[in-house]
Amino acid sequence: MEILEEISRQLQLGDDERVHELTRQAIDQGIDPATILNDGLVCGMNVVGEAFRTHEIFLPDVLMAAKAMYAGMDQLKPLFVKGEIPTRGTIIIGTVQGDLHDLGKNLVGIMLKGVGYDVIDLGKDVAPEAFVEAAVRENASIIGMSALLTTTMPAMKKVVDLLRGQNLQGRIRTIVGGAPITKAFAEQIGADAYAFDAAKSVERVKALLGA
Amino acid sequence: MRPILDRLRSGDILVGDGAMGTLLFQRGLQPGECPESVNLTSRHVLEEIAALYLDAGADIVQTNTFGGSPLKLAHYGLAEQVEQINSVAVARVRAAVGHRAYVSGSCGPSGEMLEPYGSVSEVTLAKAFDTQLSALIGAGVDLVCVETMTDLREAMLAVRASKSILPTIPVMATMTFDKIPKGYYTIMGASIGRAVEGLAAAGADIIGSNCGNGIDIMIEIAREIRQVSARPVVIQANAGLPRPTRDGIEYPESPAYFAEKTAELIEAGVSIIGGCCGTTPAHIRAIREAVDSRVRAAH
Repeated sequence: MEILEEISRQLQLGDDERVHELTRQAIDQGIDPATILNDGLVCGMNVVGEAFRTHEIFLPDVLMAAKAMYAGMDQLKPLFVKGEIPTRGTIIIGTVQGDLHDLGKNLVGIMLKGVGYDVIDLGKDVAPEAFVEAAVRENASIIGMSALLTTTMPAMKKVVDLLRGQNLQGRIRTIVGGAPITKAFAEQIGADAYAFDAAKSVERVKALLGA
Repeated sequence: MRPILDRLRSGDILVGDGAMGTLLFQRGLQPGECPESVNLTSRHVLEEIAALYLDAGADIVQTNTFGGSPLKLAHYGLAEQVEQINSVAVARVRAAVGHRAYVSGSCGPSGEMLEPYGSVSEVTLAKAFDTQLSALIGAGVDLVCVETMTDLREAMLAVRASKSILPTIPVMATMTFDKIPKGYYTIMGASIGRAVEGLAAAGADIIGSNCGNGIDIMIEIAREIRQVSARPVVIQANAGLPRPTRDGIEYPESPAYFAEKTAELIEAGVSIIGGCCGTTPAHIRAIREAVDSRVRAAH
């Protein structure tokens, strides 16, 4: 549908006002909200994510596109009855305890929301227990943790250990990322996956959830 | 002490200092604590670290004020203490180094994103920089170091704020670049060419790069900066990228490796060589020796 392509295009350009208007128009035309979400907003965000991954665009463009995506989502949300928002699964994300760097984590949130996951962002300086409690409460399948400081990396292991201690490993999976994090570190602490960047985090989530 | 810009103009190669955070953690800073809170609680540590770098041969010693922006301090409930945190840091470094080294006022990113992609206005950000830099400059730094910047607009605001407080204050400005297929860019999209142009237009006297890369990539970055910049170049590399060990993390590049590569940085036209994350007084001593032996060879 032409209007959905236009939503995707304007989202890629980061025009939140146009995306807001166009989403409204699409709703008024009677297009199914899930279709608007997937074939308009999510579709546009996928293009943006790929362009960022291949370094065609930079962070400001992604942040502008995300603003546009939220402008559209805000219109759609009231149309989904609770529990009917088409979601591919719930993911808890946050920057680990002691770390206030949330740029990368925010980007991961944008990307995952952009492809249709229900993302609960616990913010920064998140205690290990808070990650686990939120995941249990929200019935989340994955905990995504970010760290920029080398000194806060051990907090990731605490979360993995807590899950083990409560026999939740396997049911709630962990993905770690951030500048100092490596695949070797992820393996060493027993995390289920390592994501090099925000785009990779989407791939890892899809692989872990088999979807 | 001759003004730093005079020394650079006459061709001197100066040595910067190394990492601050690592040394603070070794002295009791806990993960999650505000690194600048040390300026209020354990001032002797500031003097101790400055003395270590002076003793290692640093010509420039930085203040512990990287996160001393009121916007960043607010996360720890310390926004009200911004002036004290910044001015104490300067006084303690001065007490340790006297006039045997230049005291450089460190000014890192605010942690906030500018409009329209973020939520902070240029006016708000400029005001925050003015508050921090007024305290640093008022306390008598010899130069200001605007560092680890990725958003050129933000870096320019900090440089301009310094110059509007005191037009004669030397300003060093460094950004963090990533190597991508089309060249070196910050994550916010500033190329080396645009960064140099913008920083110079804002009034930076010394332009370069810090953090994000080990010393090999920094040599490439230095060459590219040299090609487009007529101003003195500063490079402060990480000791490589951190890798996990059994009980934490380590940075792979040794002081000996830094010593070996210092000659290449000088050949690339770099005037100030120091270290960033993972570098220690031993790295600075190695750079010092490499610089000195090169100067001796030239005579």
